Amino acid sequence: MAPTVPRFVLLLFLLPILSSTARSDLVISRVDRRVENVGAGAVSEVLLAFPNSQAENLAAIKTIYIEGKGKGSSSSLPTARVEPEGVPPELTFYSISLPKGLEKGETVTLDILTVFTHSLKPFPEEITQADVQLVLYQDSAHYLSPYAVKVQTLGIRLPSRRVESYTKYPNTKLVESEIRYGPYENVPAFSYSPIVVHFENNNPFVVARELVREIEISHWGNVQVTEHYSLVHGGAGTKGGFSRIDYQYRHSISGMSSFRHLIARLPPRAHSIYYRDEIGNISTSHVWGDSRRTQLEIEPRFPIFGGWRTSFTIGYGLPLQDFLFESEGKRVLNITFGCPMAEVVIDNLIVKVVLPEGSKAISVSAPFPTKQWQEIKYSHLDIIGRPVVILEKNNIVPEHNLYFQVYYKFNNLSLLREPMMLIFGFFFLFIACIVYMHTDISISKSSASYLAKLQWDEVQATVQQVQNIISHSLAVHEKLEASLRDLSRTGDVQSCKAARKAADGQLKELAKELKPLLGFLQSSTQASQIWPKVEELVVKEKEMQEKLMLRHATVVDCFEKKLGGREIENRIASQQQKISALRQEVDDLLEVIDEI
Amino acid sequence: MAATAETKGPSALRNAFGGVLGVFILLLIGVLAFSIRIFSVIKYESVIHEFDPYFNYRVTQYLTKNGIYDFWNWFDDRTWYPLGRVIGGTVYPGLTLTAGSMWWYVLDMVETVCVFTAPIFSANAAWATYLLTKEVKGTGAGLIAAALLAMVPSYISRSVAGSYDNEAVAIFALVFTFYLYVKTLNTGSLFYATLNALSYFYMVVLGTLLASLVPVVGFNAVMTSEHFASFLVFMENVTLKHNDHYNIEEAFSWHYAQLECCFRRTYASKYIPIIASVSEHQPPTWPSYFMDINVLAFLVPAGIIACFLPLSDASSFAVLYLVTSVYFSGVMVRLMLVLAPAACIMSGIALSEAYDVFTRSIKLQLPNILDNSPDAGDINSVSSIAQNDASKIDSHATTNKSETVSKERPSRKNRKKEKEKEIVEKVPSNSENKKRLLVLPLEASAVSILLLIVLGGFYVVHCVWAAAEAYSAPSIVLTSYAPDGLHVFDDFREAYAWLRHNTDVDDKVASWWDYGYQTTAMANRTVIVDNNTWNNTHIATVGTAMSSPEKAAWEIFNSLDVKYVLVVFGGLVGYPSDDINKFLWMVRIGGGVFPHIREPDYLRDGQYRIDAQATPTMLNCLMYKLSYYRFVETDGKAFDRVRRTEIGKKYFKLTHFEEVFTTHHWMVRIYKLKPPKNRIRGKLKKPRSTSKSSSSNQKRAGNTQKNPWQ
Repeated sequence: MAPTVPRFVLLLFLLPILSSTARSDLVISRVDRRVENVGAGAVSEVLLAFPNSQAENLAAIKTIYIEGKGKGSSSSLPTARVEPEGVPPELTFYSISLPKGLEKGETVTLDILTVFTHSLKPFPEEITQADVQLVLYQDSAHYLSPYAVKVQTLGIRLPSRRVESYTKYPNTKLVESEIRYGPYENVPAFSYSPIVVHFENNNPFVVARELVREIEISHWGNVQVTEHYSLVHGGAGTKGGFSRIDYQYRHSISGMSSFRHLIARLPPRAHSIYYRDEIGNISTSHVWGDSRRTQLEIEPRFPIFGGWRTSFTIGYGLPLQDFLFESEGKRVLNITFGCPMAEVVIDNLIVKVVLPEGSKAISVSAPFPTKQWQEIKYSHLDIIGRPVVILEKNNIVPEHNLYFQVYYKFNNLSLLREPMMLIFGFFFLFIACIVYMHTDISISKSSASYLAKLQWDEVQATVQQVQNIISHSLAVHEKLEASLRDLSRTGDVQSCKAARKAADGQLKELAKELKPLLGFLQSSTQASQIWPKVEELVVKEKEMQEKLMLRHATVVDCFEKKLGGREIENRIASQQQKISALRQEVDDLLEVIDEI
Repeated sequence: MAATAETKGPSALRNAFGGVLGVFILLLIGVLAFSIRIFSVIKYESVIHEFDPYFNYRVTQYLTKNGIYDFWNWFDDRTWYPLGRVIGGTVYPGLTLTAGSMWWYVLDMVETVCVFTAPIFSANAAWATYLLTKEVKGTGAGLIAAALLAMVPSYISRSVAGSYDNEAVAIFALVFTFYLYVKTLNTGSLFYATLNALSYFYMVVLGTLLASLVPVVGFNAVMTSEHFASFLVFMENVTLKHNDHYNIEEAFSWHYAQLECCFRRTYASKYIPIIASVSEHQPPTWPSYFMDINVLAFLVPAGIIACFLPLSDASSFAVLYLVTSVYFSGVMVRLMLVLAPAACIMSGIALSEAYDVFTRSIKLQLPNILDNSPDAGDINSVSSIAQNDASKIDSHATTNKSETVSKERPSRKNRKKEKEKEIVEKVPSNSENKKRLLVLPLEASAVSILLLIVLGGFYVVHCVWAAAEAYSAPSIVLTSYAPDGLHVFDDFREAYAWLRHNTDVDDKVASWWDYGYQTTAMANRTVIVDNNTWNNTHIATVGTAMSSPEKAAWEIFNSLDVKYVLVVFGGLVGYPSDDINKFLWMVRIGGGVFPHIREPDYLRDGQYRIDAQATPTMLNCLMYKLSYYRFVETDGKAFDRVRRTEIGKKYFKLTHFEEVFTTHHWMVRIYKLKPPKNRIRGKLKKPRSTSKSSSSNQKRAGNTQKNPWQ
């Protein structure tokens, strides 16, 4: 198609809105055009032309097709960059595909919205704190078009009334804060008449040189969004230092183009919000919200003047069910692409979507072209790593804050992998501990020291048994004593005798048990140190047994003879003393053995 | 754990239960030690504290980013401009490597690791204290000592979350080394000896004994011969087991370093004002003892006595440790930290012994009371006691005690009423006598236990208060409570962030040395001097510049390629540790090297003042001007809230510096050196030394130059 043939006649109303408050560094241009086909044959494409200098800064372009006249239903049309042949290289072309061919004589109304970044040049380039910020805007009074234009007007809406200067053509007038060029009639194709507007614009030019958004999906119920900002104030640079006193006490005339805070509109039910930079938390932030949105007001560490930079990180968690859906066996993450701050123009946006480990069949659908690639990220307990989908795009404006989708397949069982790894890890650790405690891992099983250790263990076990037996027999002694006391209370001689018989039997059994143990100890070389003590212990214990029996017999005897309490006491007094002494010795010996 | 390995009685179940309980208690002590130290994170944020930790943090970052070989060879050109600093050779790498390996194995967030290193090692130190005290005096004392150490304020002050410094880890290393030493001594095991040597090496690598104590000393900590000497002495000591001499040698080997320090410290404070200017290097006052070790100060003597009954190798070691550390803590506030574990061990022993005595007294007398109160039949009571005896006979330890019960009872009873039924009475022997002597009256022991519990409660309350209020402030973020709520003063980071983002990456920033580490770590800009303070002349140069009038200061700074000058000013909000309050030290240190700076010039009749009575030298020096530039415009009177006075000179202009940034509360002010003028207006001054570029020439010029302001 040869665009040099003017087949369309355009009725244009061009309206660049320079810097409405929220959109600082942007030029938003809306073009209402009525296109009439005057050529022969139907066409299905309309071309738009921009100078290269503008096209570089073109961030977004959108065409809305209005059916019928006046209030018709509107729909947006695909608009794509094309490189037709035979056009001057200084121009960049975009083409709009019409929904149906435009027959000769028919007209169609298109509403084209373009957004340009970095088109306002601060002039002067450096200002002091007290100065206002003045910017230059350059454009063409005639709409640059490959087609002849029948009627065209241009309106430039400015953010303030103060205009330093503007290019004056016939038919130019300044009304309030709007400059109007035109109407011009019958403008030939590719006509260009440059205009320059120099005006005051104190809106801060918040530019994120780079924004990295990391969206990490956890199927445990959380979507964690982390955004790393690297901001710069893109307006006029600051010269002559910064005076806090002027900024604090004369705020109305000082630092008008600087900004203190930004507002991020986060999705509803955002939680665990943080705001920090590389040296710690930044305490100047506020959060409030309702069921429809969460608002986060952040204040950088210092007010940002022209040319100043800062960087920070915002992070927040989102409930998984708001963003993750299932369709046709696949999971779909549906989340916004751009940054949550409306004022910010982003030079370079990188969106990383970290999918859970084990995700497969990953595909992305974005509403506009982006650079895409994949990486692997390793986090705690990862084995094969998590797939990361990365989307990169330059020149991002709030118009790009649209939803994009990531499709992937994920098996729910993979969720349990990491907890199971931990459980088994600890399980095997404990098993290993148990095995270590219960196995003999000595290297040389025949060495003398090893054997000695084994023997010593055996000796210790034997001594332990001896001690047990001794303490058992001591318990039997106690029983005897108890029977004596019973006797003194009740005078029941028979039961007392029975008790003595039982005790006797028990002691004998114990003595039987003791014999082999003593034999072992005597023969063992390792026990040479402990043996005399044990021997002494056994002897003493035996002696004590005898004495006890004797005393028992005496007391019982006395009771049978119905002697008085005092007499009994006299009789057994000496025995009693001996028993006590013996008992003491036995206890001492037990203690000594224990210590060995 | 080790608690189980104590007694092998027949009652294995009881022991096992005791072991599990012991492990559980130790676990809780660890949790306590950790959690009492994260007040700072909860009240403020997870951030590195103060000054030195920022350096350690930066070194750790470098290590984790560049790896160990680059770290050893690291020559840091971001500090001590134009000299630079060989970090790899001058740093004590233990802490860095510890945190670096934690980062490598556990977490990948360097800052988090650094912030929580200190609390983690405090828990380790508590466990090490348990082990050491257990070797000295048994499990009970060990547990109490560990609990005490977990929250001793002196140690908390150095190891709250965020104070990422050598001391936090070093106390663990110290106590653990001692434990291994005592263990080696007690067991004679070569295994422990080897461990001990390794642990000692780790401690030396940490370098606390030198580095954390005195900032001026120290190059090549690991390589110096004296370290190897002490290390070898210790090794030899351990492996050859000179038991006879061990006290002397041991004391020598580990206190060697401190002796050296203390010696150097007295030397240094006399001749180098830098050392004296650090508040940590002052001798402590009595209140600081009470603040830092609290009730332990009263328990320690009791612990010493307990250590002498009976005196073993281990307990004499503990006493020796205590005595030496008490002595050294009297020299420098900072050394209180070394005293803290010793005090905890002693107090743990004291408390444990006291509880032992009191509870035993109660235990022995309690059945008596219960029996006597009904006073029914004597036989009854006798039999009940006897049954008591019989039932307890299974355990050897309790046999003894119940024996004493039955002994105790008749002796008291005899006094009350003479009865015929004394069949079971036995003759008290020597050891029983001993035990009976230890028995205190029931009421007294009950009251004493109560008092001890109250004392312990007081200690806990004090520790928690100290941890929450006194020692948790990160000092880079300040808060104050005003009627309208909490105010946060985050000015330091505001300034550092501004420097980081809005100056050229190679710009040099001059400030007093206190802020050097923070500037390199947080602002990532080259500084002239920092907290390492190894070059006195360099610091004196900065001090001289700050004390000089504007033009002379500009020349000094310009010769050092300085582009920005940072001063800390607290006059607007009443922040007392600002540069005006530190200024006299700058004058002294500057004057120590450059004699034309004379302290009396800055004092009016020996008083340091900045009001209308101040000397003209003071009112014209750079520090005054940079601090008070346009200060009068805030309230019209220029009232300084720190000095509580109106300043002397209110309206003045800066000719060689320009204000480029002042933080929200004016706490940090940053000035830029104006470029030299192309053409000098008016009459030319006498031609001066033309070589301004070299700093040495500049200093010489400064030396010979007459001070125009006197």
